[in-house]
Amino acid sequence: MREGTRIGFILLVTPLLLWLTLLIVIPHIDMLLISLRERVGVGEYQFSAANYLTFLQEPLYLWTFLRTAVMSVTATLITLLVAFPVAYYIAKMAKGRVKSLLFLLCLVPFWVSELVRTFGWMILLRETGIVSSLLQYLGLVDGPVEMLYNDAAIMTGLVYTSMLFMVVPLITTLGSLDDAVIEAGYDLGGSGPSILREIIIPHAMPGIVSGCIVVFMLSLGNYLTPTMLGGKDSLWFTELIYSQFIVRFNWELGAAFGFVLLFLSSFIVWAMLRLTGQTLEKTMG
Amino acid sequence: MIPTIPQSRPFRFAYSAYVILFFLYLALPLLVVTVFAFNDSQFPSLPWEGFTWNWFFGDSAPMIGVFHERPILRAIGTSAFIGAAVSLLAVAVGVSNAFLFTRHKFRGRGLLYVLMLLPLVIPGIVLGISILVFSSTVANSVWDSMKWDLEVLRPGLTLVILGQFSFIATIATLVISARLQKFDQTLEEAALNLGATRLTAVRTITIPYLAPAMVGAFVVAFLMSFENFNTTLMLVGSDAPLTIAMFDRLKEGSTPLLNAVSLLLMLGSSCLALIMIAFQRRD
Repeated sequence: MREGTRIGFILLVTPLLLWLTLLIVIPHIDMLLISLRERVGVGEYQFSAANYLTFLQEPLYLWTFLRTAVMSVTATLITLLVAFPVAYYIAKMAKGRVKSLLFLLCLVPFWVSELVRTFGWMILLRETGIVSSLLQYLGLVDGPVEMLYNDAAIMTGLVYTSMLFMVVPLITTLGSLDDAVIEAGYDLGGSGPSILREIIIPHAMPGIVSGCIVVFMLSLGNYLTPTMLGGKDSLWFTELIYSQFIVRFNWELGAAFGFVLLFLSSFIVWAMLRLTGQTLEKTMG
Repeated sequence: MIPTIPQSRPFRFAYSAYVILFFLYLALPLLVVTVFAFNDSQFPSLPWEGFTWNWFFGDSAPMIGVFHERPILRAIGTSAFIGAAVSLLAVAVGVSNAFLFTRHKFRGRGLLYVLMLLPLVIPGIVLGISILVFSSTVANSVWDSMKWDLEVLRPGLTLVILGQFSFIATIATLVISARLQKFDQTLEEAALNLGATRLTAVRTITIPYLAPAMVGAFVVAFLMSFENFNTTLMLVGSDAPLTIAMFDRLKEGSTPLLNAVSLLLMLGSSCLALIMIAFQRRD
């Protein structure tokens, strides 16, 4: 029996180790090594931090990086603000059939590819699009208005695309809040806002954190939405990575950019977990 | 703010209105994509030129429908193949991981569990480039030392499958583990008492119990693979899956053909979702 469990253990741990080492750990180490080398001749490389210096010294790169980070944080906050009342409504106000129907309706758009969702926003927002035509029909504007290719369009798309990942964890945590606790709050003389602040939000914290982490990650790493809705000059960091790898074929610089992006996202995730006293196992698993 | 606590009428009204607006916002883009799949025009925009099925069944230029558009059909086939391969791999590894993490206590278990969750917090594009970089490193060193050109490790189907698998496996593991944790292990012990070998017990008792979670994980994995864009974009070779093919067309300008493809995609994924829900219900 002992021997049997041992063999079983080895059989089970092998696929896991193969997956994690060959597809996650070693590729990232290799990427780090490549980002830390500089081409000095044909097929000759030497160890240097030149790529990271380029990133820090070139204003366009640094600016794009900061812009992407700030826009992603903004998109996360907007998503949270938009999603919270809806999640609360579904979790606490709706009952029975209506509740499951509303929950299902929230999921529906996300069974569809992000490309389709973005395409829908393009049809709505472009110069010949629905919104522009509607405004003209109502007499609010004189000519066609171009609503694509600006930051507001990117923001709309980002918030839309990641809505689900905020709504679902919020519904789950809010659903586990006992109505009696809220009633007790009222009995003790609490008002709507104070109960929201003292009872509901602290209880929903794990959901808020995991929702924010996922939405932030998705926004930061998004390529499709900024490219399609923001146009050629949308200045999103993933576009820089793509162009270094596929267009310019400068893998060393591209790898360095990749690491900078990875560093930022890990840092923010770590900081959020730290600030709220959560762990990755609890929020993700 | 719960039904048992009375609220003022304007507040309740405003709250309901907000929720309705939210659902309109969710539905709007999908609605316009659907409607313009039937517009008898070269562009998916107003004015409305009349209803047509041509973007599905048309077989002559300029209105070639989805079912006569070879490159799109081939891209759908490629996507389906990648999706099936990724899902099979992910479910297999997911089952194995679920058994490992719920049944075995060993040193380094906590560390491995965190490592297993990491792919979820690595941006997809970074996963893509790291695998691209590593596979080329391997392919180049094999070429330098043995003069073999390992085609498999150049951008193409294999790399796309591996790249998508690298994070979808985490999701499959979580879905399957969640169900295995609820399994009553005395059932398996009963089978052992009745003379079954350990393998037979797992095969006849535990695996059937896990089946709904395995089907669920398969469907979710398939949909995620079908929709994936970021990781795929970095690893794609000459045969592009559907999302990449559509993206390339969208960059050149769109025709209602893309709306028709999108509508088919929506129908396809709704069907899969319904199958999955039906499977979970039966249990």
